[in-house]
Amino acid sequence: MEIKKSRISTIQNINTMAYRNLLKTLHNPDHLMDVLIQPVMFMILFGYLFGGAIAGGVHAYLPIIVPGILIQTILSAASGSGTQIKEDMETGIFDRFKTLPIAHIAPLAGQLLADILRLVLAIVASLTTGYLMGWRPNVAFGWIIVIILITVFTGWAISWIYAFIGLMAKSATMVESISLMTMLLLSFLSNAFIPINTLPKFLQIIANLNPMTHVITAIRQILATGAFSNTAWIVLIFDLVIVLIFASLTVWAYNRQN
Amino acid sequence: MQNNTAINVEHLSKAFNNQKVVDDVSFTVKKGEVFGLLGPNGDGKTTILRMITTLLKPTTGNITILDHDIKKDSKLARSTFGVTGQYAAVDEDITAKENLLIFSRLNGLSKKESHIRTNELLKEFSLEKGADKSIKEFSGGMRRRLDLAISLITRPEIIFLDEPTTGLDPRTRTQMWDTIRNLVKHGSTVFLTTQYLEEADTLADRVAVIDHGKLIRIGTPDKLKHEIGESKMSLKIIKNNDVLPAAKILQNALNSRPQIINNTITVRFKTTEQIIDGLSQLSTDKIDVSNLKIQEPSLDDVFMILTIGKN
Repeated sequence: MEIKKSRISTIQNINTMAYRNLLKTLHNPDHLMDVLIQPVMFMILFGYLFGGAIAGGVHAYLPIIVPGILIQTILSAASGSGTQIKEDMETGIFDRFKTLPIAHIAPLAGQLLADILRLVLAIVASLTTGYLMGWRPNVAFGWIIVIILITVFTGWAISWIYAFIGLMAKSATMVESISLMTMLLLSFLSNAFIPINTLPKFLQIIANLNPMTHVITAIRQILATGAFSNTAWIVLIFDLVIVLIFASLTVWAYNRQN
Repeated sequence: MQNNTAINVEHLSKAFNNQKVVDDVSFTVKKGEVFGLLGPNGDGKTTILRMITTLLKPTTGNITILDHDIKKDSKLARSTFGVTGQYAAVDEDITAKENLLIFSRLNGLSKKESHIRTNELLKEFSLEKGADKSIKEFSGGMRRRLDLAISLITRPEIIFLDEPTTGLDPRTRTQMWDTIRNLVKHGSTVFLTTQYLEEADTLADRVAVIDHGKLIRIGTPDKLKHEIGESKMSLKIIKNNDVLPAAKILQNALNSRPQIINNTITVRFKTTEQIIDGLSQLSTDKIDVSNLKIQEPSLDDVFMILTIGKN
């Protein structure tokens, strides 16, 4: 058989790479544990543990905690891309991709495309758990889709940051500890689980500087009012800036040859 | 440039933090030959291979692959070769078949072509039984075979093998050698790095010896052996009294200082005439000998002499 090298576009290469990432996940369902189990566990645990103390009951606490857990979960899901990229570098498979006649961006883009699916799964798991615990947002269903889209976009922007960390870090283990640390700090030092005004002054400053606080606020506002708020616009613009900066940095780091 | 040139490397150097790892290396690989890059571990072999395969940017120097300048036409150059890395870089988490399918697609084959080629390669490399197994369950030999199969998807004109048998047991190594010989039969150019002299000797048409990042010798294994290595003759003298006179005769005839251990004399020689001369003198003097052995130089000797220094 004579092999003709048809012009396969970069888009198709990216799709193949995303397919590869999905296959990896299918063969190792444990990679999905963090995005599927963690939101369920934290929602139940925090909801029933703190609900009474913070909001006077689980039911009243759900509108606070559901967006909080949502953001915590996408932080976890997004950090997975950094670890996977570093693992691929360590096994040498990225080097092999680089020797193929394909666009250099394809392996990275494929990873980031597959990440979207992880994010959607994480979000669905969080919202479903909330629903089962009695969370009933008082807005049209379309607004639920809107917050899902905002959350996916935010998660995707964060994925680029972790992808960059993955490329720069010394080892996959290091990426994992950075991921865990940032996930804990960004989710707990925010308004995810508690009203910020209950915090000591210096922590209030930090929590207000934490971008996650504003993403959570935007989601809560939309769910409470059924309208797009200014904060939501700011979040979207902020996400876009993050994507632009970190996508360029990541591509630079990936193409960097010693 | 001549048409039979597969790879041309000119004044290639690479420095990391001002430390020269590869120092002004030039060589040409002809189409259809097996070219071996031989050197101790960490002496720049892999760095050279990574630069040729576009994974690493040279500090200075030029590389062309089938007349494609890898700086200007890197994508074209990459479409002409397949690389099999040192650590058998296959996708661990997915099956052998999926590995081949994905790499077929990435190499530009259509879905249908990918399936046909995957099945061909699974068969060719006796991987059919393991086709749907995760690579984690593969033996070292199977991993290497899959690795090589992936590099051969597009039947590339040039195949780079970075230490193709490092870490394999002797039996699997011999199988791998057969596979590589088969590639050459089908007209591929093979560029391999190795730290095993035996491997270079059995596989390579020409060998380049690298030491501390410098190319110190290049040629066919036979040429290197005869230029650099020395042949040795050893024999045992039956009567104790004859040992010293025999040593003297051999020293004169072979023009080299003999080593004596018990009754066995070992002496280096350059030509067969010298041996015949020496042996006939021993026979004239009625000195009885036994256990006559001639040792041809091995690539090991060449390598030791070249990399450690002649004296």
